[in-house]
Amino acid sequence: MRIKKNIAISESGFIFNPAVGDSYSTNPIGTEIIKMLKESKSVAEINSYILNTYQVEASSFEKDLYDFVKMLEKYKLTETDGQEA
Amino acid sequence: MKKQYERPVISQLNTGVMNKFGTKTEFTPTSHIDDNAVKDLLKEYGSPLFVMSERTIRSTYKQAVRAFKTRYPKVQFAWSYKTNYINAVCNVFHQEGSWGEVVSRFEYEKALNNGVPGNKIIFNGPDKTDDDLITAIKNESPIHIDHLDELYRLNELSEELNIRPQVAIRVNMDTGVYPMWDRFGFNYENGQAWDAINKIMLADKMDLRGLHCHIGTFMLAPSAYGIAAGKMSDLAIGIKQKYNKDIQYIDMGGGFATKNTLKGSYLPGADICPSFDDYAEVISTAILNAGFKENELPLLILETGRAMVDDAGSLLGTVISNKRLSDGRRATILDFGVNVLFTAFWYDHKISPAQDFSHYTENTVLYGPLCMNIDVVRENITLPPMKRDDQVVVHRVGAYNITQSMQFISLRPAIVMIDMEGKAHIIKQRENRETIEMNEVLPEYLKAFKL
Repeated sequence: MRIKKNIAISESGFIFNPAVGDSYSTNPIGTEIIKMLKESKSVAEINSYILNTYQVEASSFEKDLYDFVKMLEKYKLTETDGQEA
Repeated sequence: MKKQYERPVISQLNTGVMNKFGTKTEFTPTSHIDDNAVKDLLKEYGSPLFVMSERTIRSTYKQAVRAFKTRYPKVQFAWSYKTNYINAVCNVFHQEGSWGEVVSRFEYEKALNNGVPGNKIIFNGPDKTDDDLITAIKNESPIHIDHLDELYRLNELSEELNIRPQVAIRVNMDTGVYPMWDRFGFNYENGQAWDAINKIMLADKMDLRGLHCHIGTFMLAPSAYGIAAGKMSDLAIGIKQKYNKDIQYIDMGGGFATKNTLKGSYLPGADICPSFDDYAEVISTAILNAGFKENELPLLILETGRAMVDDAGSLLGTVISNKRLSDGRRATILDFGVNVLFTAFWYDHKISPAQDFSHYTENTVLYGPLCMNIDVVRENITLPPMKRDDQVVVHRVGAYNITQSMQFISLRPAIVMIDMEGKAHIIKQRENRETIEMNEVLPEYLKAFKL
């Protein structure tokens, strides 16, 4: 699962989907996660980076990441092996 | 040093489209109440926790008194026990000079126990037993008659006791607002009020001291009070003309609105709530212009409860969990529910996080902890991302929540009052199982069972 190639994200967390014209806003940690997903980083890599960088427990971040990814899927910003997730 | 964590959030941007969650309303956390840190209060007294600010009660009371006394020469406030009858709260009002206003024997006894003289306890309400009436008659309490059965019974008791009860009649009337509260008292327009007055005056067994009305609740139109005060004055002047009797007081009841936002209201409550001055202006103008002689102006009694104490109360609580609903909405579960926040059914309460947050927000539904579908604290609110154990403050909960709270599923929380110097005092202990089971009786034959 990764972020679709055509999705644009700015440093300030502004996300644009040119296919449908929808735009979104995310916070700094959301921006970092989306960028890592765009770079096809694995969940384990994302976990490791966040836990080393932020004051958060693994169990807490795990459910937050799961929820965040579900929202990315709901907004149709992700794909799996070229297929829309 | 690791960075401060904030849950990742993403929200779709919609320009120019109405959003039922509204815009962001919280820009700063409410970390302290009257110099006491929210986290310290919750640590010491447990979560959830009601907090009453003595400072706010006294300053609100002074504002109300100033608004009326600068416009009308004789004003008396009576504290509405049903709005918040915690003794510490009542006594702050009594220290400020309020009489007591009660609507049940239970509240009447509370007022007596608090030290309010019997003749300064106004006894309202439709349900007064013979014993209640006899006690009130002996204490010379002003009894506000609600219906003819009560009027006739008072006549009988007056003869039996050989004491003249001190009474007023409650009058209901059309003030141009909907709904018209016509279930209490005697109607002005159809002549019921005059019928009751004539019955009292001609029987000559009671002292008709006053006239009482209470035209509604959360009245956003002060003009309605002007109409009511005009009609009450008309009755008082009519009594003077017909019976040459001076009515000692006109009691305009309560019903003043607060800055809470009613559900369905287009504008926030803070933008549309009339001030005490707005109410005082129409009421005093109507009575002053009604035609009383200067030395015959009646005492103006006000029983406003909600507007006096709502701002002084806060409910502190803690986030239990976050979840995502099937339609994608965010839901946050708090540790207090509608069993202690009854006004959540009427208001879109202002709720603030108690800790620092970023400017990112999420549309959220706030649920209470009760295993019950109706336990919704806010149906739609825009809040910063909150995580388990974060703390929140619900503002303006001082009126009706404590007196209408119930021990449904979870027990009632403790109540703390912060005094004028910023010191917190416990004024009601948190309930426990023993409190609730105190009056239960388990028959002997049901004590044992085998599973």
